Amino acid sequence: MSLRRLSSIVLKELRQLRRDRLTFAMIIGIPTMQLLLFGFAINLDVRHLDAAVLDQAGTARSRELVAQLGNAQVIHAAYRARTPADVADLLRAGKVSAAVVVPPDFEARLERGDRAPLQIVVDGSDQVVQQAARQLAAFPLQSLKNPDARAAPGVEIVNFYNPERRAPVNTVPGLIGVILTMTMVLFTAMALVRERERGNMEMLIATPVSPWELTLGKVLPFVAIGLVQVSVVLLLGRLIFAVPIRGHLVDVYAAALVFIVASLSLGVFLSTLARSQFQSMQLAFFTFLPQILLSGFMFPYAGMPRPAQWLAEILPLTHFIRLIRGIALRGAGLAELWPELAALGVFTAVLLGVSVARVHKRLD
Amino acid sequence: MALPELAIRARGLTRRFGAVTAVDGVDLDVPRAQVYGFLGPNGSGKSTTIRMLCGLLTPSGGDIEVLGLRIPAQSEALKRRIGYMTQKFSLYEDLTVGENLEFLAAVHDVPRAATRTRIAELMDTYRLGELRAQLAGTLSGGQKQRLALAGAVLHRPELLFLDEPTSAVDPQSRREFWESLFALADAGTTLLVSTHYMDEAERCHRLAILDRGRLVADGAPRRLCADLAYGVWLVQAEAARAAQQTLAGLPGVVALAQIGAELRVLAQRDVVDGDALGARLAAAGVTAQIERGTPNLEDVFVAATQRPARAAEAAA
Repeated sequence: MSLRRLSSIVLKELRQLRRDRLTFAMIIGIPTMQLLLFGFAINLDVRHLDAAVLDQAGTARSRELVAQLGNAQVIHAAYRARTPADVADLLRAGKVSAAVVVPPDFEARLERGDRAPLQIVVDGSDQVVQQAARQLAAFPLQSLKNPDARAAPGVEIVNFYNPERRAPVNTVPGLIGVILTMTMVLFTAMALVRERERGNMEMLIATPVSPWELTLGKVLPFVAIGLVQVSVVLLLGRLIFAVPIRGHLVDVYAAALVFIVASLSLGVFLSTLARSQFQSMQLAFFTFLPQILLSGFMFPYAGMPRPAQWLAEILPLTHFIRLIRGIALRGAGLAELWPELAALGVFTAVLLGVSVARVHKRLD
Repeated sequence: MALPELAIRARGLTRRFGAVTAVDGVDLDVPRAQVYGFLGPNGSGKSTTIRMLCGLLTPSGGDIEVLGLRIPAQSEALKRRIGYMTQKFSLYEDLTVGENLEFLAAVHDVPRAATRTRIAELMDTYRLGELRAQLAGTLSGGQKQRLALAGAVLHRPELLFLDEPTSAVDPQSRREFWESLFALADAGTTLLVSTHYMDEAERCHRLAILDRGRLVADGAPRRLCADLAYGVWLVQAEAARAAQQTLAGLPGVVALAQIGAELRVLAQRDVVDGDALGARLAAAGVTAQIERGTPNLEDVFVAATQRPARAAEAAA
């Protein structure tokens, strides 16, 4: 390993990167765009669902109920239905996601308390809508009967770490992992294959450069780029979405660094499989989907079937999501989260080992 | 050990890719400080042979000794002592001329202190000075080739491999390029150049002709011409195409080539002579003047590369 050769490869990569405007723009553009998209668009706390109202009772209390439901802002009474068939038509056409049905014997049901006095029909083809409807189910109907009765709920939920239930608080830290997954894996896989595709490799392998120097020299600039991206997301997350970092900033960067190295080794590994830049891009996308879906970033790990959980344990993003949520939101330290770091370490060691065994300094 | 005056010694060099044998039992002796040519059509195994000699490709069989090193076992040691100019431009198109040379100096371990003077020297020799800040991708064919040569000799290799170096270059640049090659040979560098241009092959000190992976002839170009086993006749005929068709089937005729109004006939001396050619043409009603010609390298090449095909046809 020669430091001179290594640094000359790093320098060359940086010079090439500086001239590659598109990649250069992507380094800052991808995190910014994704942060804004995910931060604003992903909001599981659904409000203002378009709904139809079918009031078959038509009493003063039923009208009051419909008005109160509207005030809760979960639904927006966009249509007034005349018959149950109207409701079915509106739902099927996708004009409403929910419908409030007040049965003709609403008053009697409310008094007797034996059958539910109110029915809410939801579009079950959208999971998020289903969840929103559950909020409506908790609506205190008894307060209609007796406005003074304040029923105490049986179970009190105390929300640690995100009491306002703001979605960006959950998504932004995890987003660091998603962005690093996309850029680090893709950039390295493509950068390494590019050398082969453009024919530079044939010249390089006829020089004293070793495979280690070449791989390391090409990958090191991306470590720095990854850290820049982490900073961009943290900064914008703080400024735009007021996402807190409760743990130590040093821990955040240390965890990110370990994850960057793991993602880079995945990129290096993919580059040994691909013959062209296009193939390496396809391979990279092939690994994105399981990482983003199974890591716990989008869907809770606890809800996944066993085999999916095993697969998730192999993926580096799963461990990083746990690390970053632990540090940024729960204020945990790296010492408490060491199993996740260890998992990332093992992942890196295995993939780098396999890759270096596969990089021959020969054409055959 | 190889004789000290031999830069390359290969015996029975073979390389198979699956069912295809790209190089088949090639023996080579390349003397030091000479320009040694590899002449052959595309697909004759020139590039594959060069790659094996550089240690970039593992031979399927045979022994190689380059600069006294056993290849492929000692290829890493060899890489410090050779230069390799690839067929396709393989420097970085998105780096400038200067940046490319600085990069190559570093990866070849040229001492930092010597790098600046060495690059200045190369810029001067290969007229790259004004192009220093230009991106390599924007250079012309001839400029790229000068840059590639400068890059290949930057670390003063003892042995330089050039794989079809002039394929994308105009005639003027080709002539200059060959002057550069002879200057390097004069300074003691051994050069192995592959080409499919006859005029370039003619300039080499020694030459090996490759055809379908086999070495079919080797020696000094003059010697190869003088030793040609076939005779050459020049047929001047009004109807040169008719003459060609008439002579095509004659036993002993190896090759026919029309050059302007003239027909160049390559034939086995013991089977055919000028009179036989004349008789055949007269019988077909073609009036022609026939004279002996002197074999050139193209005749050698045609004779060397066509013989196996003819033999195979005869056997079938």
